[in-house]
Amino acid sequence: MEDAARILQLVVNGAASGCIYGLIALGFVLIYKATEMVNFAQGDIMMLGGFVAFSLIAHFHLPYWVGGLLAILITAAFGYVLDAVVIRRVIGQPQFAVVMLTLGLGFIFRAAAGITWGYDSVGFDTPFTNKTVNLGGMVLGEDNLSIIVGTVLLCVVLYVFFSKTRVGVAMQAASQNQLAAYYMGIPVRTIFSLIWAISAGVACLAGILLSPVSMIDVNMGGLAIKAFAAAVIGGFGSIPGSLVGGVIVGIVEQFAGYKLPAGFQEVTSNVVLLLMLFIRPQGLFAERMGKRV
Amino acid sequence: MRTLFRTQYRQDIALWKHNGDRFWYGLLAVLVFIAPMVLGEFYIGEMGAVYIFAIAGVGLMLLVGYTGLISLGHAAFLGIGAYVNAVLLKMGVPFLITLPVAGLFTALCGAAIGRPTLRMSGLYLAIATLAFGSIVGTVFQKWESVTGGFDGFAVPTPEIFGFPIEGATGIYYVSLVVLLFVLWVSANLLRSPAGRAMVAIRDSEVSAQSMGIHLARYKTMAFAISAGMTGLAGALFAHYVRYLAPDAFDVLLSVQFVTIVFVGGLGSLRGAILGAMFVRLLPQFIAVVRDDLPFGIGRLPGLEPSLFGLSLVLVILFQPAGLNGMWLKAKVWFQAFPFKRQTSFRRQKSYAKSERLR
Repeated sequence: MEDAARILQLVVNGAASGCIYGLIALGFVLIYKATEMVNFAQGDIMMLGGFVAFSLIAHFHLPYWVGGLLAILITAAFGYVLDAVVIRRVIGQPQFAVVMLTLGLGFIFRAAAGITWGYDSVGFDTPFTNKTVNLGGMVLGEDNLSIIVGTVLLCVVLYVFFSKTRVGVAMQAASQNQLAAYYMGIPVRTIFSLIWAISAGVACLAGILLSPVSMIDVNMGGLAIKAFAAAVIGGFGSIPGSLVGGVIVGIVEQFAGYKLPAGFQEVTSNVVLLLMLFIRPQGLFAERMGKRV
Repeated sequence: MRTLFRTQYRQDIALWKHNGDRFWYGLLAVLVFIAPMVLGEFYIGEMGAVYIFAIAGVGLMLLVGYTGLISLGHAAFLGIGAYVNAVLLKMGVPFLITLPVAGLFTALCGAAIGRPTLRMSGLYLAIATLAFGSIVGTVFQKWESVTGGFDGFAVPTPEIFGFPIEGATGIYYVSLVVLLFVLWVSANLLRSPAGRAMVAIRDSEVSAQSMGIHLARYKTMAFAISAGMTGLAGALFAHYVRYLAPDAFDVLLSVQFVTIVFVGGLGSLRGAILGAMFVRLLPQFIAVVRDDLPFGIGRLPGLEPSLFGLSLVLVILFQPAGLNGMWLKAKVWFQAFPFKRQTSFRRQKSYAKSERLR
């Protein structure tokens, strides 16, 4: 009985960290689907979002919910400007130029955050810190549960946004066929910048949700490599796939930490990623595609 | 004024385009050969390091600049080459055998990691190599019986026909010879059908495939050659640092290698060497100006990586042809003097090429 509770707890913890990976991966996938670019700075944008929330909540003493919402809006605006000012210039250059551009931007963000907020780990109080819920004899941290609930809520919001609102449908159209979308009167470039904004906002949300579990520091963007595993499992282009992939990576990682000797946990996500590429490179949720010449 | 008058097709693929090339490169060869007799120990050591980075840079240039694929895990290949070479030397194998073995083994590792991922778009290679680099780094730390874990181990002094290769000068000459070999191989590869296939893949996978180029085979070949050259650089790197510890081969080093290629200028072997000079000189430059910078910027822990990041961003945005492009522009300016026009180097408008299969 105790063993079952232990395993369930591992699953919940894994699902919680997996949701974070899934949220970062969601950011990759949104941008990739629309513009065929991969944003290697996604983890660093999450870090910036976390620090902005920290400033608003811990320094300016805003309430958690107000500060969090404001931080998401600020980070989203940053994402919009980033695309409009920098990323848009490299359209037409080879794909790997964008990879290197975003990677370079990530290093600059890290240095900027280090100058602004220092190199120490910081945290802020949330309504979920150090609280537990007792569910039928099982003790679960509210911080972990808040991550899962927050992710599910975000998915509902995004689903409604993409299927019901005018801008959301325009985004789907622009992702599917830029030229046709442009002919239908959709301002494709603005739409792409908005997609960057949403992706940055999602990254900031991930940073805020993560803050009760682990501290915010300059190098937290390194989580992005685990998010790559999530995105690849999901098929790099499927939004539900990236979340499922994230949860799979998170749970596998928890069990690896529990069963295998120390040191294996850090590389689990990388091993899962490589195995996935060897066995089923198109991912679990692949669309069948062929190219017309 | 020089006018090239081509009478044979062979002249199109000649290694030396004209006698001016032969003269200047010959002069350069003489200069680098006598450099150790003129310059001090410190400069020779730094130049040796530039050569080692240039070897890896040439390898990565074949992959990024000529095949259009990107690897973010070349530090791992450098590490594999370094450890294979050092461990074999410790077992008493002569240096003239360990050096090629290190290169070949790394090339095999590259083929093994490249073959499955190269079926997908080039993006997957970037992600897979990133993951591979992190796994290899952990292996270096944990496989203590071979690598000595975090403590590392001292690399034995190599010998060639009984002569020990010691000090900065010894490493300098060995690196120079290997660099010349790697350049010779690359230059000849690039004018062979295989090299032209690589360039065709870079420019358009679909048209390359429809011309009968086996995409996966040539991509894997390019990746393996690139990894192998980086392995050779790694073997020399082990002797340059003299003491192997696993923390040298992290993602930052991979980013430095890619910086070599981008800052040097994509699609030119000369660019790889210029880029290696840039990447090795930047930390030295920081060390010199560190104390003179305002606001204590010089003492920030993340200064070096962020400067590498910044140089990548600036080059990609404003000078996609890199240092080599600047060199060529300067040359054209002098050759065309006084007829250089405002629009001589205006970039063509380019459009996004979709790699999506739909």
